[in-house]
Amino acid sequence: MGIELLIFKSILVMVIFTITLTIAAYSTYGERKIAAFLQDRIGPNRSGPFGIFQPVADGGKMFLKEEIIPADASAFLFVLGPSLAMLTALMTGVVIPWGDTLTLNGVEYSLQITDLNIGVLYIFGVVSFGVYGIMIGGWSSNNKFSLLGAIRASAQMISYELAMGLSIVALIMTTGTLSIKEIVDQQATWHWNILYQPLGFLIFMICAFAECNRAPFDLAECETELVGGYHTEYSSMKLGFYLFAEYINMFISSALMASLYFGGYNFPFMNSLGLDQNWVTILGSVVFFGKVFFFIFFFMWIRWTIPRFRYDQLMRLGWQSLIPLAILNILLTGIFTMREELKNWLFN
Amino acid sequence: MQLTNRSKVVSNKKMSFAEKLYLPAIVKGLAITMSHFFRKPATISYPEEKRYIAPVWRGKHVLKRDANGAENCTACGLCAVACPAEAITMTAAERKPGEEHLYREEKYAAVYEINMLRCIFCGLCEEACPKEAIFLTPELVPTYLNREEFIYGKDKLVEPIDKRVDITQRQKHLVEKKQ
Ligand code: SF4
Ligand code: SF4
Repeated sequence: MGIELLIFKSILVMVIFTITLTIAAYSTYGERKIAAFLQDRIGPNRSGPFGIFQPVADGGKMFLKEEIIPADASAFLFVLGPSLAMLTALMTGVVIPWGDTLTLNGVEYSLQITDLNIGVLYIFGVVSFGVYGIMIGGWSSNNKFSLLGAIRASAQMISYELAMGLSIVALIMTTGTLSIKEIVDQQATWHWNILYQPLGFLIFMICAFAECNRAPFDLAECETELVGGYHTEYSSMKLGFYLFAEYINMFISSALMASLYFGGYNFPFMNSLGLDQNWVTILGSVVFFGKVFFFIFFFMWIRWTIPRFRYDQLMRLGWQSLIPLAILNILLTGIFTMREELKNWLFN
Repeated sequence: MQLTNRSKVVSNKKMSFAEKLYLPAIVKGLAITMSHFFRKPATISYPEEKRYIAPVWRGKHVLKRDANGAENCTACGLCAVACPAEAITMTAAERKPGEEHLYREEKYAAVYEINMLRCIFCGLCEEACPKEAIFLTPELVPTYLNREEFIYGKDKLVEPIDKRVDITQRQKHLVEKKQ
């Protein structure tokens, strides 16, 4: 590995880290603005033009708030909870291909931090690790509402991870690889996986909502029943970390949906524009972020449209609808990919 | 007996497959929220924009002066007695010779305070007053950072001589009765 590559990757890590944090911060602003527009209001507009400094003000407020650790809480675990949530949220970004390759001075650089050949598995591993942040936080606060929220969160995550994994299995059957970069490359121009896996995408998306604890699956927070859910006892920046981690998760799942099912940085006619490869790459990244923003918007749009599920409905949807559907999807995908062999076997 | 046509018969019929999928309903819901996205917001950005306030609105009080600029109030205390929120306190004083241009009656309120945090803006003080001294105006009481500032003394209540407060809209019947 050349020193240039090391420098390039370090810069890329910094840039992606900054972008992730900025987008997460501005998602809070976007969330409030979109919520306002969907409810015929105008949203935050006092800090700066159109209120664009609102996230800065919110962040500053979080830092200045008093830090409270409940007397009966286990202090170490209490701090560990939000740290874990933040850590796992930030770790998933490394395998997302943010763009194709850039050629600088004759050397090709990939706009992906690292192309793990088990990228999809890596994401699943890290995401399922994310439940520990919520679980530890809720449990160590020594408060019944936090504990209930944490139990709900972990039960929900475990249930929906199954359906999510199964929906991905069908995708992997068609792509034949676990590397996200390769999956994206296979969807060149308009051969997006959504065209081949519509049902799989639907299941994946529903599960992504549940994994991010977003409405209508926000039972872990559920202000109306559980005060604040797992973060009832949290204050100051520790609370900020939880809320922030949620938005980062949302951003990463949007990026994942865009790259797995919507062609990542590919867009129609990308090769017939007659542009330099570098320009196509940059354009592709812009398109990719466009797709990601659309999904973030969709997350918020859903939040202000659909009411929260009841706990039994949530479990029923996960276990009795999504998992059988995902298995059916695998079956159909299998039949479709093996159709030639099946024909030979049946009719000869 | 049916009073309105708004009652709905609860239906417990089994949902059809399409209804059980919920997806069409969700899409419909998304369309509804999206249609609101482009609607004009109902918000009125208060300090810059002000909504119409009726001239008979019961807001901040004013202690009136008469045509010569002397204060009407005679510190009889009827407003304080009428006040259901016990928001009014006052201290009476006797008018000295030579103060006729300041106070209309022989007795006047040296201190007159209304606690705007207690006041419920019912307007009973205005009704109780025999001297047409106190009126409510369409002006709003602003917010402050501490409680003391909500106690309005005579400095804030008595109308300035050069800036008379018009209450003719508010109290037509009283004004007419007086004439
Ligand atoms: S408006 Fe009502 S509550 Fe307010 S001071 Fe007058 S009598 Fe009291
Ligand atoms: S405002 Fe009217 S009712 Fe109140 S003390 Fe003065 S004169 Fe009496």
